[in-house]
This record gives sequence, structure tokens and C-alpha cells, in this order.
Amino acid sequence: MHIIESGNVAAASGVKLARVQVIAAYPITPQTPLTERLSEFVDSGEMDAEYIPVESEHSALAVCIAAASTGARAFTATSANGLLYMNEQLHWAAGARLPIVMCVVNRGIGAPWTVWNDHQDAISQRDTGWIQLYCADHQQIIDTVLKAFYLAETVSVPVMVCYDGYILSHTYMPFDVPDQAAVDKFLPPFTPAYALTPGQPANLNTVTLPDIRPDVRGNMAPGYMEIRQNLHADMRDAIDVLADVNKKFETVFGRNGDPYIESYQCEDAEFVAICLGSLSYHLRDVVDILRSQNISVGVMGLRLYRPFPDQAIIDALSGRKGVIVFEKALSYGNQGALYGDIKAALYPAAARPVIHNYILGLGGREIKTDQLVEALKNSCTQADAIGDAPQWIGLKL
Amino acid sequence: MTEKTTILNLPEDELVHPGNRACAGCGLSIVYRIGLKALGRNTILVVPPSCLTVLQGLYPIAATQLPCLNVTFASTAAAATGVLGALRALKNKDTTVAAWAGDGGTSDIGLQALSGACERGEDLIFICYDNEAYMNTGVQRSGTTPQGVITTTTPFSGKAQIKKDVPAIIAAHGIDYVATASAAYPLDLYDKIVKAKTIKGPKYIHVHTPCPAGWGFEPRYTVKLGKMAVESGLFDLYEIENHTFRLTGASEKLLGKKRKPVADYFKAQARFRALDDAKIAAVQQEIDEKWAAYSPPA
Repeated sequence: MHIIESGNVAAASGVKLARVQVIAAYPITPQTPLTERLSEFVDSGEMDAEYIPVESEHSALAVCIAAASTGARAFTATSANGLLYMNEQLHWAAGARLPIVMCVVNRGIGAPWTVWNDHQDAISQRDTGWIQLYCADHQQIIDTVLKAFYLAETVSVPVMVCYDGYILSHTYMPFDVPDQAAVDKFLPPFTPAYALTPGQPANLNTVTLPDIRPDVRGNMAPGYMEIRQNLHADMRDAIDVLADVNKKFETVFGRNGDPYIESYQCEDAEFVAICLGSLSYHLRDVVDILRSQNISVGVMGLRLYRPFPDQAIIDALSGRKGVIVFEKALSYGNQGALYGDIKAALYPAAARPVIHNYILGLGGREIKTDQLVEALKNSCTQADAIGDAPQWIGLKL
Repeated sequence: MTEKTTILNLPEDELVHPGNRACAGCGLSIVYRIGLKALGRNTILVVPPSCLTVLQGLYPIAATQLPCLNVTFASTAAAATGVLGALRALKNKDTTVAAWAGDGGTSDIGLQALSGACERGEDLIFICYDNEAYMNTGVQRSGTTPQGVITTTTPFSGKAQIKKDVPAIIAAHGIDYVATASAAYPLDLYDKIVKAKTIKGPKYIHVHTPCPAGWGFEPRYTVKLGKMAVESGLFDLYEIENHTFRLTGASEKLLGKKRKPVADYFKAQARFRALDDAKIAAVQQEIDEKWAAYSPPA
């Protein structure tokens, strides 16, 4: 059924269809309407779940960690400083291999305070061991929430579903809300690999030593380092698993798309703009304008950021004349994080393109089409004149 | 308390394995062994970093027969909430969820999550074993360290501030059961945990837990020190049940009786060595005033 609703409601609808059993949340702008809607679903009896209004984001993820450890499908959502307040819990959830799904409604982080959109919140948490998926519209939000549970529970790694605050969370768009029966066909009930069960002694997440040690039966058990390597290996496997999840999703729902990169006008493009989130749709307009000026350019939206789909990046970008990375985040004192990741991925490519980095939209600074046109045109026409350092779009002083 | 448990009818089932990693004379090892007997096998434990994390053993070995979730320091009561939420979602209505934290994990870094869980009315038992400092990290001051105590972060003149009254803070949430207990009176502790299991909603039990290494006394005196704290009237055993306060056990028996001088308790431990006679006299006066209020003149 097609409805016209906000991005936050698209996410909430996905969570309801996923038959989440435990929801914990703490209010933060611009995520709040998502969990408000979930509390309405639960309070009205439309959704059979536990809704736990905790006293902080740290506790929100604590509830999800414990609920998933007890065998329940768990969800939370947050933004900005709420995500940062969860930081140790993010590592804990990944280290404990719990398939929690969390919507991150992207917002800039303080100080100074901003409630507006950029990607610094999620990008700054890229090394916590969570899978990060990015959405560009409302259909992708609801679909990605459903895929996220499947993916998380297949690889036992938690997943962030990231979408732009206000730009997607608070705008209204038509999107299809699938039937419950179809979702049930796609997403089976959660069957945990292990769960806290009375009568079955288990001491989860206990203290480890630097070396491996024998268990009570005398068998050597994986140590801390093996557990970490295992997480990394399973994160790498998640790249292929995501493609399988996408195929299964298409079989059931009849819609799909490339699991890693959503491309527009890229087939013959000499130059490619690349970014995360809804900005890639804004850049489609820019590509249309530049195409009308006979500039051979396309745009790619990256849908999977962690694990980083480096082979897909090589396949998509090797041999292009130029790659232009637009980012709403920055690794201070270095460059855009995505820029660094793409450069690293392209190092072994057969034909490395020239590559540029634009930082824009921090703290919700308006991104104007003519600014994007100018920047992208400069990169396409004077590629060698622009250096490696990040270029700023929209700075006014 | 209707039927008092005695050593004759205490369950023989041992849920803590022998040979665990507790220090010699550890008060927690008494509290934990007796506490788990009271909780029983149909229990899930939630434990933050604390001496208990070490007592329970190092991966891949565990000293307890109960399923236990180790969680981050600040999140104990929230994690217990998550276990409860999952159990409700999975239609399990009879498993006890017990959070078990030290005084730092309760009174300092864990207080926000505990307050939230109490305010929400979560059906959990929260047990704080109070050894009055961060013992697991090597005896640093905590919110429940008494005034004057030498710790590694109050090294010469002792802690300047008074002990935080955590049971009173938790009672202020209006929950139905708050109790104190002591490692020196394990049967009183046992009965309080058993009673807590019969009450819906949040239950908080604060257990005074002597620590030979952190307090500076010989391991054989753990129970003796715990008794001295109670018999001097410094640490009182009580229940606040349905908002009504009453002394229990050894403290109840002290009503109208002569209490031992608190100076004896202080002088039996190295940690109070910075207290001079004037300060001890001031504490004695506070105790006397508190007890005068317990048993007002007829």
C-alpha cells in the first residue's frame, strides 16, 4: 500500500513490520517522531512489543544489548550526541555479536549545538564494529530497515540504518508499505545463536586475558584477539551477504537496486561524483545540468559504508578520469573520512582516477544547486588544478 | 519477616563454584554464595565491572551456575530492564532478574540507570554490595566511602565528604522494597532476598560488605568487622517495605540496648587511621542522635 508520510514514519513502519519485540528509546531531535510513532503502535495494540522509555541513550542501547542477549529482536534509534553517548555500548553490542538494528537520523554534533543535518555523528562511529547502511529516500528507509534485520541476524553484527535528519526524516514522500504477510515471508522470527536461559549456565562478555585459554573441557577457546578477528572476518563476509539479502528482497517485494552503489548517468561518465545519503539525489539535478553542457559526469550514492565495499568501488571507479567525493563529515586535521576510504580502495586499481574532496552542509548549512554545479564543473574541467586538500562548499567568511 | 531462615533450613544447593577468584576473607564471597541460594536457579544475573566480575572467573571459565550477563559499568539497571523486556516478549513470567553491582557501580556511575529503572517500576532485584570504595581497581574513594577513610585517592587526610545514603535515595523513588543487610548476617540477607522475590516492581538491597584488603584488617575478621559496624549502630539493618521503615535482625535487637563504641570499629581497621579522637567523638554523637530518633524516650 502506498502512503505519503515522513521518513521517520517510513522507519517506524519498517520496525513494526519487522515484528520487533523490544524497543528502547530516548528523545532526541530529529529522531523523536520515529520512536513517538512506535510508542503509538505499541500503546494502541497495533504492535506486540515492549516499549521501554529509558532515561538516556546509553541505557537505550543497554536495554537492546540485554534484550538481544536474552533472545529478543531489539531496536532503538537516535541522532547526533545521543549516538555519541552510546559510544561504549556500540562497541559492546558489536563485540557481543548482537544483531540489534538502530536508525541513526543523521545530525551534526556539538559543541556548538546544532540540530541540523550532517553525517559527523555516524561517520565518527564508523570503527565501532557496526554495519552502516545509508538511505536516499523514504522507500529505501523502510526497505533498508527490513533488510537490516535480516542482515544483522545472518552475520550476528549490529546494523545502523542512517538517513538524513530533516531532509528525509521530516519531509513527506510517497512510498510503498509492504504487506505483513510478504514481510513475514522475507524475515523469519529471530532465532538467536545463544540466549540467556535459566538452567543453562553462561557467563557472557566476561574478562579475557591476552592469550587463549582452555575451557572446562580442556579445549582451547578463542581469546580476545581471535574474537576481534572473527568480527572483522564476518564484517567482510557481510558485503556478500548483503547482496544475497538484496536478491531475496527482490524476490519477495519486486524491487531492488545495487546493494552497494546507486548510480545515475554513470555508464559512460568520465567523471563521477560520489556521496552518502540524500545528497546523491540532489546531485542528479547537477549531473543533468552538466550533461546539458556536454560534461561527461554521473553520480553514485554509496549505500553501504561499513563494511567498506572496496571491490565495488574499484569496479565502479577504476578507469574514470575523475572521482569527486562530496561529504557532510570530516576527519579533523586530515580529510573527509569517505574520501580517505575511497582513495585507499582505489590504490590497487588498474587505472586510478584523479580524486577530489568537497566538504559541505555541516550543521545543516544550505547546499545550493549552483554551488554544486560550480564545484563539480571545476573538478571535471580543471581536474589537475585542484589539489588533494578538502575544498569547502558554502563557507561564507 | 514471618519465618526466619536458620542454618538448618538454608538450601544446600550451591550455585557458586568453589575455587573462585575472590580474595581471602572476601565479604562479597559470603554475600554472593548466600544471595544466589536465595535467588535460586530460575534467575538471570546482570553484572557490571566490579570485584564480582573477577570473582566469577576469567573467560572461558565461570564460577556461577546461573546465566550471567556482564554489562558496561553505567548500564546495570538498564541492562536488567532489557533482560526483563525480552523475557516479557518471550512470555517468560517467572524468571527472577537480579542486578548485582558494587558501591561504585551503584552509587556513582550506575545511579542514573538505577534511578530510571526504579522510576519505571522495573520488576528487578538490585543488590549493591557496598565495600565502601572502588576495590577492584585498587581502593579508590567512591560515593559510599565514609568520611575520614584513607583510600588511594584520599591518601593522607582521608575522604572529606560523608557517605552517600543510597538506600534513602532509592527509597525516595517510592518503590515498595528497600532493605539493608550485611555480609556478617547472611541469614538476614537471605530472608530479605527471598522476600524481595515475592514483591513486584523494583527491589533494592544494600549490603555492607567488609573487604580485608581495602579496609586493612586480617581476612579472618571479615564477619567480626561486619558485626562491629552493626553492633556500634553505625550501619543499620532495616527494611522499608511499602514505605514503612523498620529495623531488622541484629539492629532491631539493639533498640533500648547499649551499643558498642564506634571507636572500636574504627580502630580495628587501618583505613580509619587518619581519624582523631575529636572526629570519632563526632561520629559517635551522630550515631547516638540517630538511635535516639529510632527509639524516642517514652
